[in-house]
Parts: sequence; structure tokens; C-alpha cells
Amino acid sequence: MTMLARWFRGGRWLSPGAGALLLLPFALVMALAFVYPLFDLLSQGLFAPNFTTAHYQRVFDQPVYLRILWRTLLTAFSVTVLCLVLGFPVAYLLARLQGFKAAVVAACILLPLWSSVLVRTYAWVVMLRREGLVNSGLQSLGLIDAPLKLLYTEGAVLVAMAHVLLPFVVLPIYGTLKNIPPDYERAALVMGAKRFQVFREVILPLSMPGVASGSLMVFLTAIGFYVTPALIGGPQQMMISTLISQQVRELLNWPFASALVGVLLVVVLGIAAVFNRAIGIDRLTGGKA
Amino acid sequence: MTAPSPVAGPVIHRKPLDGGKLMLSAYVYGVLLFILLPLVIIIPMSFSPREFLEFPPSGFTLRWYGEYLADRRWQDATILSLKVAVLTSIVATVIGTLTAYALARGRSVFAGVVRLLIVGPIVVPHIALAIALYLIFQRIDLIGTLTGFVAAHVVLALPFVIFTVAAALSRVDADLECAAMVCGASRLSAFRHVTLPMITPAVVSSALFAFIISFDEPVISFFVSSIRQRSLPRRLFEDIEFSLTPIIPAIATLLTLLSVIILVAAWGLQRWEQRRREGAAKS
Repeated sequence: MTMLARWFRGGRWLSPGAGALLLLPFALVMALAFVYPLFDLLSQGLFAPNFTTAHYQRVFDQPVYLRILWRTLLTAFSVTVLCLVLGFPVAYLLARLQGFKAAVVAACILLPLWSSVLVRTYAWVVMLRREGLVNSGLQSLGLIDAPLKLLYTEGAVLVAMAHVLLPFVVLPIYGTLKNIPPDYERAALVMGAKRFQVFREVILPLSMPGVASGSLMVFLTAIGFYVTPALIGGPQQMMISTLISQQVRELLNWPFASALVGVLLVVVLGIAAVFNRAIGIDRLTGGKA
Repeated sequence: MTAPSPVAGPVIHRKPLDGGKLMLSAYVYGVLLFILLPLVIIIPMSFSPREFLEFPPSGFTLRWYGEYLADRRWQDATILSLKVAVLTSIVATVIGTLTAYALARGRSVFAGVVRLLIVGPIVVPHIALAIALYLIFQRIDLIGTLTGFVAAHVVLALPFVIFTVAAALSRVDADLECAAMVCGASRLSAFRHVTLPMITPAVVSSALFAFIISFDEPVISFFVSSIRQRSLPRRLFEDIEFSLTPIIPAIATLLTLLSVIILVAAWGLQRWEQRRREGAAKS
């Protein structure tokens, strides 16, 4: 008790002992339910029981798996671009709006962020089914004769994933745009810049940190996304997360699933590390909450 | 708007800009429609009297809500998810607040590692963590247990709790706490009577976010649940592909309603904190 009292004595800063004690629960939870399980899983792919790289070699030797990996990266990239194209103007307008209108637009962005991913994905399943809303709408307009196959296509996966991940790109961009004084824009316009020039030479460079962290957030989440590709995509759109799940649930091939997780983690952590070097990982969450 | 400003300044010709502005607004409202439409469209479908999904509904009934509430399978899943979410919210909020406080007021040598660990659950794909927990939970018999669900969800919720509380702490002047301690308060009572009241709104809203993160979490729940113990998201996940009755739209509508309530509550809490801070600054 006396030691505790000494640790928690008054003063501007916590003593090292008190600081460590307060961090202990967090450290325990993360060690037991995050770090250790991940290491344990990764060791399954490397030791069987002796050290082997066979499972990793299999990932890169077989064209099927390389193709899935490549498709995953390509899908994540396309989703990120789509999110930027859809999200940047929204963030820009939101940063310039005031009062009630701003609150309404912000609510439209925040509501999806805190609503269930399953619900949002289900909405797309309903809309894109053969007898779904998009098909019946197009048919009643006379644009198509027979229902199109929309679900289980590449396009459906992209649209649904962009829909789910859009808030992640809007919020950080909004954060940086909000900090650009409107005077900069006005000054550029007064000096005779065209609107597009103002965008390219003033707004875009100044909002780069937000664009970068938003894109990173979307890209990283998209690479490991499970729910939406699993429900909206068909076998032709299989991404690495679905492959991992299949290896574990259907084939019980833990070593190979472990190698796939290893590859996924190297890609994700590699990208995060490069980003951290360039901009700082703290920015990743700058726009949250 | 066009009244001449008394301060001499460059005259801005607004006229030529309006066309572009209009196009921007139209584009943005189009995107907002794209965001909201899928969420909104399921709501009327949940009131349809037919046995299959239809839009627009041919009538109005609350039958599917009744079926959801009366169905034993959905009841069990909902109760399990509620239990897990409440426990996750409590545990994550307590641990997260301690962590945020230690980082804000301490200069621990572990701070660097802790900061790195905080972004861990955000950067690491949920499927990777789900498989890892599935493997280890199988070995120690935690599959489908409350402990297993809560441990997994606390990991996911912690970053959001810590960021929310840390942001609130950074807006609280550390000198106020110092002043209390100079006046003889212990650190604990300085925290309880000075700092905690000021960050209470942030702590409560982080508890709400932790709750909804857990309640809506599909991926890890999918793997760490068992045949008998399935969370609501897992039930939904499994039924989405096969169930064609409006019971899923009914549940989806209820879940969206829950999100709206939590969002409005968080917004109210934010206003409360602002007022409280302004009050503290005045006195």
C-alpha cells in the first residue's frame, strides 16, 4: 500500500511505476488476445514441427493463389480510387457548409460508419438480385428485356465495398480541408486562377495528408475485407480473406492458411510502415470519432 | 449576401463560380443518395405482408418483427450478442480510459510500444485475427464462450475507446489536476473530482461505440462462435444467403435504428462536453 501511495503521489506527471501499472491491463489483453494468437498462428505455417518454407512456397508457386493475391490488391486499389472520386467532393462541400446543412451531410456520412457492415452488404444483395430493385427498375423503364446478372460480379463487389468504406475516406479529407482557410482559395481566385487550377494547386496539395490517410485506411481494410466479398462476390471474385476462411473451415489446412495470413500481414504491415515513414501512423485515426 | 462590405477588400465576382458550385452540390447530393438509399430501401420491405421480398410493399404489417421477437433462434442470438456487447463495452471502456490517462499524464518507457499496439487491431485485417483466435480458442475451449467473445471484441474496441478518451484528455488542462493536488488532493481524488467529470461525455460515448462495435461485429464472431452459441451477426450472415422472407429486413431495420440512436446520443454527449468545458473555462 505504501508503495502504491508513493507511485501515485501528486505531481504533473505520473511516476514510472504508476504509469506502468495503469498500462498493465491493456498490455495483458493485447498480449493474450492479439499478439500471442497471431504469433501462434504464424508459427503453424513455419514450423511443422521443423522450420519449413514449403507452405509459403506453395502460395507463390501456384498460379491460382498468385491470381487471387493479385486480384485482392487490384480490387483494393480500385475500391480506393472509387472512394476518393466519390468521397473527395463530399468532404469538400462538408468543409464549406455551415449549420443545419453541415449537420445533415455529416450525419449521412457518420450513420453508415456506425451501422452494421452486414446490413449494408445485405442491402446490396437485395438491390442487385435477379429480381432485385436495380433489375426491376431497369426493366420497367424498358432499358433491358431480361434481368441482368449483377450479383456475384466484379462490379457489384467494387460498388458494395466502396459503399461500405466510403466514410473512411471522407472523414480524414474533411479534417484537412476544414483547416484550409477559405481565404487561400479566394486569394488564388482573385489573382486570376481558374477554378480547376485552384483545386489542383491549392486545395489538393494542402489536403494531401487527409487524402493519403483516407486512402490508406480504405486500401488496408479492403485488402482484408471478408463480409462483402463473401456475400456479393462469386468464386470468380474470390479474395484472399475468402481463401483463408475456406482453407480453415472447409479444408482444415492450418499450415497453408497460416502462410496466407503471413503473406497478408506482410503486405498490410509493409504498406502501413511505408505510410508511417512518410506521414505518421497517428494520422491514420485522425479523422475518427 | 451581396450587401457591400464596409471593409475595403478585393471584389469577388461570385457569378462565374455558381455553375461549378451547382454541379458540385448536385454531385455530392448524388453521392449522399448512393450512401443512404440502400440503407433506407430495406425499411419499407420489412413491412411487407408477403412471404418474399418486394418493393414497394403491397401492404403494411408488423408480422416480421413479431416473428423475429418470437423465434427462439433469433432470441438466443440477440441475447448472446447483447450480453457480449455490454460486457465488451464495460471492460474496454475501463481499460481504455486507464490507458489513455497513463499515456496523457505519464512518460512511461512502454508508451512507444503501447502506441504501436493501439493501431494494431485497426491495421491487422479482422480475418487474420479471427483465424488466430479460432485456433487458440479451440485449444483452450473458449469457442462459443462469453469470455472468448468478450476478449476478442475488447481488442477490437480498445483503439476507439483510447482515441476518444485521449482526445478528450488533451482538451483538459493538466494544471487543473495539479492545482487540486497542490491543495492536498490525492491523485486518485484529483482524477475523480476534477478530470473525470470533464471527460465523462467522451467516456460514455466511447462506451457506446464499444457496444456497437461488438454488437455489429461479424467476422470474428463468425469464427469464435459455436454451433450452439451464435451471435446475431453470425445468424444474419448465415441467413442472408438463404432466407428470402422479410424477417431479415426487419432485423436490419432494427439494427439501423440502434445505430441512429447511438449516433444521436454520441452527438448529444459531444455538445454536453463542449458546454461543460466552456463552463469550466468561465469559472
